Amino acid sequence: MLLTHPEAVALALSFKVSLVGVACSLPVAVGCAWLLARTRFFGKPVFEGVLLLPLILPPVVTGYVLLIVFGHHGTIGRWLDAAGLSIAFRWTGAALAAAVMAFPLLVVALRNAFESVDRKLENAAATLGAGPWRIFFGITLPLSARGLVAGLALAFARAFGEFGATITFVSSIPGQTRTLPIALYELISTPGGESGALRLTLVAVIIAVIASLIAALMLLRGGTREADA
Amino acid sequence: MIELDLALQRGEFSLELSLCSPARALALFGPSGCGKTSTLLAIAGLLRPRRGRIAIDGHALFDADANIDLPPAQRNLGVVFQDARLFPHLSVRDNLRYGMPRTAAGQNFDDVVHLLELSAFLKRKPGQLSGGQIRRVAIGRALLRQPQALLLDEPLANLHREARAEVLEHLRGLKHGFTLSTILVSHQPDEVIALADSVALIEDGRLAALQSVAAFESSTAASGVPVAANARATG
Repeated sequence: MLLTHPEAVALALSFKVSLVGVACSLPVAVGCAWLLARTRFFGKPVFEGVLLLPLILPPVVTGYVLLIVFGHHGTIGRWLDAAGLSIAFRWTGAALAAAVMAFPLLVVALRNAFESVDRKLENAAATLGAGPWRIFFGITLPLSARGLVAGLALAFARAFGEFGATITFVSSIPGQTRTLPIALYELISTPGGESGALRLTLVAVIIAVIASLIAALMLLRGGTREADA
Repeated sequence: MIELDLALQRGEFSLELSLCSPARALALFGPSGCGKTSTLLAIAGLLRPRRGRIAIDGHALFDADANIDLPPAQRNLGVVFQDARLFPHLSVRDNLRYGMPRTAAGQNFDDVVHLLELSAFLKRKPGQLSGGQIRRVAIGRALLRQPQALLLDEPLANLHREARAEVLEHLRGLKHGFTLSTILVSHQPDEVIALADSVALIEDGRLAALQSVAAFESSTAASGVPVAANARATG
């Protein structure tokens, strides 16, 4: 099964957009997940609800919001344009859409992972003189590694399959924003594109299955570790 | 010198404890649920008393009136938890080194490893150790913190007889080898007699008596039941 050049370009672009999107999402997701797992504050349910919005909203709505905010005439977009960092209708915009759509999955997976780490271990580390950063990077994060990997796999799959927000925000520009799902949609809509659509469908299914397997393996073997060895 | 004057609430349970002991090794003795471990956690900074003062050798760790409440990381205490709490993803060596001050000499590490006979399993993970070995690593990790005081929470609990004897022997060695202030939580009279100089008897969150270990031993013997049976009766 050989992909045509435009299909290969769409596949490569999807990888780039998904990887960059998930990488950009990760630090923010880690911070938000930690806040949800380890702190109490006023308005926490509302905060959590806002974080999960991209999971619930129609992707087209998310894409339109991104367009309003980051488009050429958007609140932030005009500043980015002025600074020469325009992201609308560019692959970076597609990566932003992927990041936003993958973000809730990362937060949910990381929150569960952090909550599964026994706080007694963190307390023990504190009595050994460790500050919050050392406890987080030395104890909490390594013990959440399986949940983190599972979250990354699911988030990557979600970003890879992203369609609605991307096409609304950055349209379909070959080599720039035409990711695999958009290329697939266009092949389906084009007479004679069935074989190409089938090839891309197969690729998308393989990638989704691999991501899903990784996540399942991690979550299956992870669970709550023996906290007090 | 160990100064404890604290009041704290955990759900329905209320703890009001006030004592001052010049002993180098003080045991908090009493039945399960009397407030021993809560007291130890308050000293470690993991529970916040409602009021009072906690000081060791004149160094205040908590003083509500003076607005002092050092975080656990700054209390410089070596805590050996009843459940050990070794970090499961780190090797024994890394567990031991976790709390070591950066300026600590390697010789110190070697001494503690030698004293507690840990050298054979430094590369192992906690999940590969026996109960007695886990407890010894926890003790070593606390010692290598170079603390101003050692807090031991039921260090022999849930160990089978051989492991118990093994850990007790090492703790006896530490008592003679180190000049650290030690606070021991226990409901086992033989453990208290072996390791403490002075005993605070705690009942229902209150101090019932503060006595020397000799007086404690006599009263235990006078009760006419073997030490272990007595422990069961009180525990």
